[in-house]
Amino acid sequence: MAFEGLADRLQNTIQKIRGKGKVNEADVKEMMREVRLALLEADVNFKVVKEFVKKVSERAVGQEVMKSLTPGQQVIKVVKEELTALMGGEESKIAVASRPPTVIMMVGLQGAGKTTTTGKLANLLRKKYNRNPMLVAADIYRPAAIKQLETLGKQLSMPVFSLGDQVSPVEIAKQAIAKAKEEHHDYVLIDTAGRLHVDEALMGELKDIKELTKPDEIFLVVDAMTGQDAVNVAQSFNEQLGLTGVVLTKLDGDTRGGAALSIRSVTQTPIKFVGLGEKMDAIESFHPERMASRILGMGDVLTLIEKAQANVDEEKAKELEKKMRTASFTFDDFLEQLGQVRNMGPLDELLKMMPGANKIKGLNNLQIDEKQISHVEAIIKSMTKEEKTHPEIITANRRKRIAKGSGTSVPEVNRLLKQFEDMKKMMKQMSNMQQKGKKKGGLKLPFNPFQ
Amino acid sequence: MSFFKRLKEKITKQTDTVTEKFKDGLTKTRDNFSSKVNDLVARYRKVDEDFFEELEEILIQADVGFDTVMELIDELKMEVKRKNIQDPAEVQGVISEKLVEIYNSGNEASSELNIQETGLTVILFVGVNGVGKTTTIGKLAHKFKSEGKKVVLAAGDTFRAGAIEQLEVWGERVGVDVIKQDAGSDPAAVMFDAIQAAKSRNTDILLCDTAGRLQNKVNLMKELEKVKRVIEREIPGAPHEVLLVLDATTGQNAMIQAKTFKEATNVSGIVLTKLDGTAKGGIVLAIRNELHIPVKFVGLGEKMDDLQEFDAEQYVYGLFADLVEKEELEEQ
Repeated sequence: MAFEGLADRLQNTIQKIRGKGKVNEADVKEMMREVRLALLEADVNFKVVKEFVKKVSERAVGQEVMKSLTPGQQVIKVVKEELTALMGGEESKIAVASRPPTVIMMVGLQGAGKTTTTGKLANLLRKKYNRNPMLVAADIYRPAAIKQLETLGKQLSMPVFSLGDQVSPVEIAKQAIAKAKEEHHDYVLIDTAGRLHVDEALMGELKDIKELTKPDEIFLVVDAMTGQDAVNVAQSFNEQLGLTGVVLTKLDGDTRGGAALSIRSVTQTPIKFVGLGEKMDAIESFHPERMASRILGMGDVLTLIEKAQANVDEEKAKELEKKMRTASFTFDDFLEQLGQVRNMGPLDELLKMMPGANKIKGLNNLQIDEKQISHVEAIIKSMTKEEKTHPEIITANRRKRIAKGSGTSVPEVNRLLKQFEDMKKMMKQMSNMQQKGKKKGGLKLPFNPFQ
Repeated sequence: MSFFKRLKEKITKQTDTVTEKFKDGLTKTRDNFSSKVNDLVARYRKVDEDFFEELEEILIQADVGFDTVMELIDELKMEVKRKNIQDPAEVQGVISEKLVEIYNSGNEASSELNIQETGLTVILFVGVNGVGKTTTIGKLAHKFKSEGKKVVLAAGDTFRAGAIEQLEVWGERVGVDVIKQDAGSDPAAVMFDAIQAAKSRNTDILLCDTAGRLQNKVNLMKELEKVKRVIEREIPGAPHEVLLVLDATTGQNAMIQAKTFKEATNVSGIVLTKLDGTAKGGIVLAIRNELHIPVKFVGLGEKMDDLQEFDAEQYVYGLFADLVEKEELEEQ
């Protein structure tokens, strides 16, 4: 996940000040020197760093912190608030035109990920907002760019408007909107060619498209790995076109994400979405506060809960909870639960949203091998019905058969059986605790997203 | 004679268009960098903490690697202390000296491509998404073709929508064959096919495209290792070059990219793309200093012949041209 390097450095710095009963100016100065370096190393624009350090320092040595009982905690709170403010404060929404279609123009440098993002965004509009978008292939310069959008459209079963690469992008945009009205599409996403912000001719073309289509949103697509130049690019596009939002891509890499922290504060343009992978559903709304929380190692439980709610069937979860309580949990249930968790996304990403998870030794560089989970699934699927409900009947011979059937080894089967046994024991203990707890006023299961 | 003067004399002797192209392409980098150093020196009366902090920022702004900057500043501070320098103007000389030192400290790996005298030369291209791998291959194919070589392209990006078609368009433009399979097929299998085809067609150079991948995706990096293994197995000594394509606008992450790709595929050289649009490219210094991978080509524009062989001396000169001229003025 992006930001990790930055998060590590900031958290180490913060650790030093957290428990302090007294914080003086020298402490703050020392800390801010570290913060400054951490931000610079993360590609945050140097002007933004300067401003940020100044603001935090002022507030940190001010009354609100020095007078408090836990000044160390207060300093961290100030850092978090300013970090959130830097990234834009509130989550921002996508526009809806009063008279459809809503027109969205995608612009940016070459290779930022405009075409992929156009596909993802359309997919999100349909899945999350129940919209009926149309894609427009207006990149007539890069070889096969139109083909790329058409392929994505096919994958998503979504219409793509194209007139080939011999018609001007302005004309394509014009005809596309007429067509969208005719076919009652409520969103039109125009994928434009990548261009340098200093290329006057091509920037002029974008201005023409804007003039003609009167877009409700102009999104600048920015590669999250961009260095100090990110703000210049954003500023230049903003001055020439008037951006309404930024989409940051490739945030699933290990970039420290300085661009994310700089762009908003320099251009006053909010970051609206982030791209987190190559698949068509790897896009999320951008939440500044949650991001700040993640950077400072406070976890992102909200996103985790949202993911759980979107992917876990509530009825089934309740049933599962009951089974856990009565300890009648079987391998079938286990399989089902595994499937639901997997639907939420890569496990290592999920783990990193847990508060304090990055402080657990070894977890930081953990790459959970999704293959291993497939092995577990294969083992369970190689069991008979009876074995799944009554694992105690699994003898040595049966273990051999299961290992063979699942293409794994006997030790692997043994390990899973042992783990399952331990899990059941733990559930029993927990439900006992809960029963006792209920009499004394309720103690809940440690993790249940619906409570 | 100062280092810069020697450099200048050497370069002005090469009175070809390449130098001009380099100068033009690097105008933004140079303007930003050396004019800022000049400005800094003019504004300060004394060399103090603030002076160094600003210098740090100028270097960081040029995307010179973070560790390299820190190292440089530390050395400068020591030098200033040792020589008891007070006047900022005196520091300027030390700054350029140190930068060049850093540049030269990268071992003298050749920036020339390892092209086989006889038989097939295989060049594998790797890098993250959107850096310009396919475009670079197109441009290089054009270059080799116009040198009279027989070129074949391997469409190893079977993942991204439209990637195969993109390479095919380049193949048509340049007039070379493209070996491909369906989208979604195993890239290692494409390489196998391409090598067999290249051998039977008496090809001089095989350029292998691969899908862009972020360096922290372990499985995708393993796939790349496999692709390389297949090539190694089919032709002993191949791939003769593994070129990492880097986007010049990338910040500190470029260092991590270079490091991880080097571990996975033993990168032999770097192609730095989009250098024309950026004020940066300072990362070249860091990569050379810390990772010892030579830059072999730079992309200075979108036209077919805008891919230039990298000349370290021209690059350094391009970066410091203003400083050199200033030095001369002062001497007169």
